[in-house]
Amino acid sequence: MSILSKFDPLRETYDRLRAVGQNPFEMVFDEMLSPTEGMHRGKKTILLGTNNYLGLTFDSECIEESVQVLRRNGTGTTGSRIANGSYGAHRKLELELAKYFQRRHCMVFSTGYQANLGMLSTLAGKGDYLLLDSDSHASIYDGARLGHAEVVRFRHNDPEDLHKRLNRLKDMPGSKLIVVEGIYSMLGDAAPLREIAQVKRETGAYLMVDEAHSLGVLGEHGRGLAEQAGPETEAAVDFVVGTFSKSLGSVGGFCVSNIDDFDVLRVACRPYMFTASLPPSVMASTVTALRRLQEAPELRTKLHANANRLYQGLRERGFTVGPQPSPIVSVALKDSQLAVEFWNRLLEGGLYLNLALPPATPTASPLLRSSVSAAHSFEQIDRALQLFEMIGRQLGVLAPVPALPETRRAATHKGLAFPANTDLGLVANAGV
Amino acid sequence: MTESFNKTQAEIIQGLREIVPASVTMTGETRIVTDLHLDSLAVMDFIMSLEDRFEIVIPLDRVSDVETLADLAKVVDQLRARD
Ligand SMILES: Cc1ncc(COP(=O)(O)O)c(C=O)c1O
Repeated sequence: MSILSKFDPLRETYDRLRAVGQNPFEMVFDEMLSPTEGMHRGKKTILLGTNNYLGLTFDSECIEESVQVLRRNGTGTTGSRIANGSYGAHRKLELELAKYFQRRHCMVFSTGYQANLGMLSTLAGKGDYLLLDSDSHASIYDGARLGHAEVVRFRHNDPEDLHKRLNRLKDMPGSKLIVVEGIYSMLGDAAPLREIAQVKRETGAYLMVDEAHSLGVLGEHGRGLAEQAGPETEAAVDFVVGTFSKSLGSVGGFCVSNIDDFDVLRVACRPYMFTASLPPSVMASTVTALRRLQEAPELRTKLHANANRLYQGLRERGFTVGPQPSPIVSVALKDSQLAVEFWNRLLEGGLYLNLALPPATPTASPLLRSSVSAAHSFEQIDRALQLFEMIGRQLGVLAPVPALPETRRAATHKGLAFPANTDLGLVANAGV
Repeated sequence: MTESFNKTQAEIIQGLREIVPASVTMTGETRIVTDLHLDSLAVMDFIMSLEDRFEIVIPLDRVSDVETLADLAKVVDQLRARD
């Protein structure tokens, strides 16, 4: 018996994956060529699973700014802001984010995962209630586990179900915090935020939105789902959390809010206090990316054009895709063995995307998950579609006759709307 | 064992009948994950359906130590008594 014996079933699953070909969870790129291409085993590979929504990882202004600050301020802060103090860059980044979101307060974390860990565990304390969508990201579940609040799940994207559960708690003292995501990372569906905000108002709860996948993606100015849902709804959102690791092309997380006394969290929130703060060069590229995001709305236009092209293209070919077009486009397959085989063939064809296997997926179906970037060309999207179609036919996912009749297709889509799981499962490109 | 506990346990077993094959016998000692081969997804969905059936809230940490059907019935019975 080893201390690791409890992981035997998990290890066996991984061993089986290796037997099929490239293990999807052990991908190593020799080099990144651009936001949309990398070298894998000496072969140029299209990247279609990077969450690099605006393609800013190679933006020349972001790189230039980052390099200058790197030379000026060094490679790292070597400590937390509580112990070692803040750099000017921390304050600047917080001020810029607060201004962009039109909120009074901002706190920056070292990752988006830690932002959720910190905010959830600190905001909701003993006697309080957290109401989580059942499809929530692992960082939200983990934040809930770290804190001392009672944790209640409601059915995915179901405001009525949320209302029902809050009603059952109406005589309980303690604050209630509802947590939803702007765009859900597995199927790309957005939360029905207006309706959820309405429930929040009626029940006197607080509302937090994780805009990890919607910052820079939704809303006229890119502020995310809250902005897209309109001013009344945006005002009802008490806390916005998000990450720099997707549309802003770097690493780090944040929370913005208008709530009074927000800054007390800086001395109460352990995932903020007891970890090293972001390196100045990372913050420099993030501030620049935030500016680029605002200056270049055409990136958002291009992103959605690419997303629609991929979503509609897959759908027309008869694949089972998520419930709505979004930069996250997932194809559901029948079983994991098929999904792993499909994924390997895509890679051999020069296309890399994420493989998500149950129980990390919201339903029992494994997913081939793409995330589209503004930096993709239509040629790259079309190449992806071509590969999907070819392999879909080889593996019998697509019938020899193209396109399912409309009614049948609608029925298969409905099958994706199951509630989700709480496991840390198997997700290639871990952390989507 | 109180009467309400027995009733709760019976109702839980009845609810599980919808997702567990008829050939499987279920008693208070039945272990939910190991004996019934339910994955975490199915368990969480079943917990939500219990919340609706009994009109209660079952916080996640209350079920983290639950192993058998009797354990689950005990938790549900306590939460029902709270109202
Ligand atoms: C919804 C959601 N929240 C939070 C995170 C965590 O962000 P980060 O990668 O910055 O830790 C992710 C993705 O990783 C996510 O998908």
